[in-house]
Amino acid sequence: MKKVYLYKKFERFWHWGQSLLIFALLITGFDIHGTTHFFEYSQAVAIHNISAWAFLVLIVFAIFWHVTTDEWKQYLPTAKNMKAQLDYYLVGIFAHAPHPVKKRTLSKLNPLQRITYFALKIVIIPTMVITGLMYMYFNYPILEFEIESLETVAIIHTMGAYLLLTFLIIHLYLITTGHTLTSNLKAMITGWEVVDDEDVKDIVEEAVEVTGLKIRPVGRTRQSHEELEELVLNALHETETKVKNKKLKGQKK
Amino acid sequence: MKKLTLIVALFCTTHWLFANNGTNRDSIRSFPMNEYVYKSGNTNNPSADHSKFAILQQPFASAHDATAACLSCHTERDKEIMATSHWHWRRSEMLEGKGVVSLGKANIINNFCIGITGSEATCTRCHIGYGWTDSSFDFTDPLNIDCLVCHDKTGTYKKKPGGAGYPAESVNLNYVSQHVGSPGRENCGVCHFLGGGGNNVKHGDLDIAMLDCSREVDVHMTTDGENMSCVDCHITEKHQIPGKVYALSSENKNRTTCEQCHTDKPHQSTILNEHGLRVACQTCHIPEYAKANGTKMIWDWSTAGRLDEHGNPMHENDADGNHNYLSIKGNFVYNDHVIPEYFWFNGIANHQLITDKITTIPVQMNTLYGSYNDKGTHQKSHAPAKIWPVKVHRGKQIYDTVNMTLIQPKLWDKESGKGAYWTDFDWNKAAELGMAACGMPYSGEYGFVETEMYWPLNHQVSPANESLKCIDCHSRPNSRLASLNDFYLPGRDFNPIVETAGVSFILVSIIGIAFHAFCRIVFGGKCKIDNP
Repeated sequence: MKKVYLYKKFERFWHWGQSLLIFALLITGFDIHGTTHFFEYSQAVAIHNISAWAFLVLIVFAIFWHVTTDEWKQYLPTAKNMKAQLDYYLVGIFAHAPHPVKKRTLSKLNPLQRITYFALKIVIIPTMVITGLMYMYFNYPILEFEIESLETVAIIHTMGAYLLLTFLIIHLYLITTGHTLTSNLKAMITGWEVVDDEDVKDIVEEAVEVTGLKIRPVGRTRQSHEELEELVLNALHETETKVKNKKLKGQKK
Repeated sequence: MKKLTLIVALFCTTHWLFANNGTNRDSIRSFPMNEYVYKSGNTNNPSADHSKFAILQQPFASAHDATAACLSCHTERDKEIMATSHWHWRRSEMLEGKGVVSLGKANIINNFCIGITGSEATCTRCHIGYGWTDSSFDFTDPLNIDCLVCHDKTGTYKKKPGGAGYPAESVNLNYVSQHVGSPGRENCGVCHFLGGGGNNVKHGDLDIAMLDCSREVDVHMTTDGENMSCVDCHITEKHQIPGKVYALSSENKNRTTCEQCHTDKPHQSTILNEHGLRVACQTCHIPEYAKANGTKMIWDWSTAGRLDEHGNPMHENDADGNHNYLSIKGNFVYNDHVIPEYFWFNGIANHQLITDKITTIPVQMNTLYGSYNDKGTHQKSHAPAKIWPVKVHRGKQIYDTVNMTLIQPKLWDKESGKGAYWTDFDWNKAAELGMAACGMPYSGEYGFVETEMYWPLNHQVSPANESLKCIDCHSRPNSRLASLNDFYLPGRDFNPIVETAGVSFILVSIIGIAFHAFCRIVFGGKCKIDNP
């Protein structure tokens, strides 16, 4: 068993910031909706509005990060292994079967996560943001435009809140389905994810391959398969040696 | 773990910050104010001492002579007075579906004492004139003006009951006319507090207690504070006093508003200022009315006429000492500290005239127009309808069961035997005489019909800390706006399908999780717990 650094600093900050804000928005939102009474109404409204703006700022940074790091590709839905993942949650998990989809630097998410987070990012959150802004700015004719009625906007916003809460509950439970009960949680806090030894090789190879693909001879669009293989194998060998030396130095000290 | 602690700490801090953000009323003068000069330090020095004028020292043979003396110096003021609705008791009003009507106390029907026609001499005790006993009153004679009722500063000027506006014999006209000044709340209050036959009977928010009241009763007029008089808000020019009560008015004009001093953005909170676009200031700031004395809520004329064993009119009182039965008027219900009813109101009202057929029961004496969807774009009001607090006075009064119109009965006469209801207790005769005085037909058949009259509230503004809180409206099931169902109100309203679906999602996922976890524990046998 080894640990691999999978979740970067900003990624974790974004995740926990988002979770805090969604938590605050849910609590105050259901206060405003009249379902719960955690805060005084005006406080609930104030916290809800402040959290909403903070969330918008965070979203802007997150979009920037996802685009500049290509991380957005992680969320592209795929049908591959979808059935295997479902089978795992419905059957395999009870018999300690191995996870059907291994975590990789370039593919941290299983197909179920991909489709869920994708829906969250493309449908639910934008819906909440848009209806939320309409709620704030178009309920009254303060911007020269006024929605006919708050009802539709409010009902969609409420539906979104229920879906988010449902997601949150299932998400919290699925945290416990990692290598151990808490390994997923620890990974999202520290960035380090536990993986099997045989996976480490794949991860290293993947990292080297990615780098290799980003190198090409001048004047040509791509290099031959043999050239790439040689490059990768050399790099692997050299990296192995460097890491060994570093570890040896560490032991001497 | 550190991060989690930080998150929790941050959340608690935010909560603490907001919890401590209470209302800070250190300085009432930090409110934004328009065109209002605070009274403290302001001295009101009259430019003349009226007691030194010889013309006011000569004996007055009649009240008309006193008026002549006033007008001998204050020339032209009579023309101003005779251009007011205080003088004519009617003015031109546009009524929806009825066109322009000359309407006012002179000819309107209400569900208190119904109307003045046939009983003028007692009702016009509140008229700013002398001698309005019937339709022959001369509205063009300046000497019929009563200057003193509004300008008396001695507190000794009284009009005679049933005297058509003439002063009581006890009044010393020389003394009064030598001590005149700008009208105080006593001058306005004698009619506007006591109208309808007793204190606070009609408005519910205009009470004799406001001559000297606490901040809790009226934050503006309180003698513990700014001590404002009526004309500080009802800013008068050329004897034209703005501010109209919708018991008589119909159009959205010449109103006295909170905004004229407080601006339309009086709060520090943007959300509260936005509320002002659709919620009248009064709605939150007059959380209850009749705060010092009770006001009449129900008047049932149909039980009038019950006499005691000697055949004399009688009265019965409720526990607070208010009449709840009078032989001449029927049954009443008074109430104090009343929670208003709430209506959408765009500033336009209609009126059930004596010529109008009864089409709805209860009859709406003065329909207030407005709805959520009335956003002011196509309305004559040129302003969106707002939620207003309203005193609803419910009545049961005489109507013509054949012609289906309300009836103006003759209620009062100096002597019995002239057919007035209050002396003879004969509805049929009173209806016949009253309708004849109005020039209206009467079939000879009468009954009693339920009526409602609407009084938008404006006075008895409470201190800020007693104004409505969010959850007074934004809550279920005790929302004050429970009856206004034509719009979505957050905190009160919800879509049952969405709620059921949402709660189902949550329950199904929790049950699913519980079942899944159970299976993991049972079938998984030795569940892997944190073994590296």
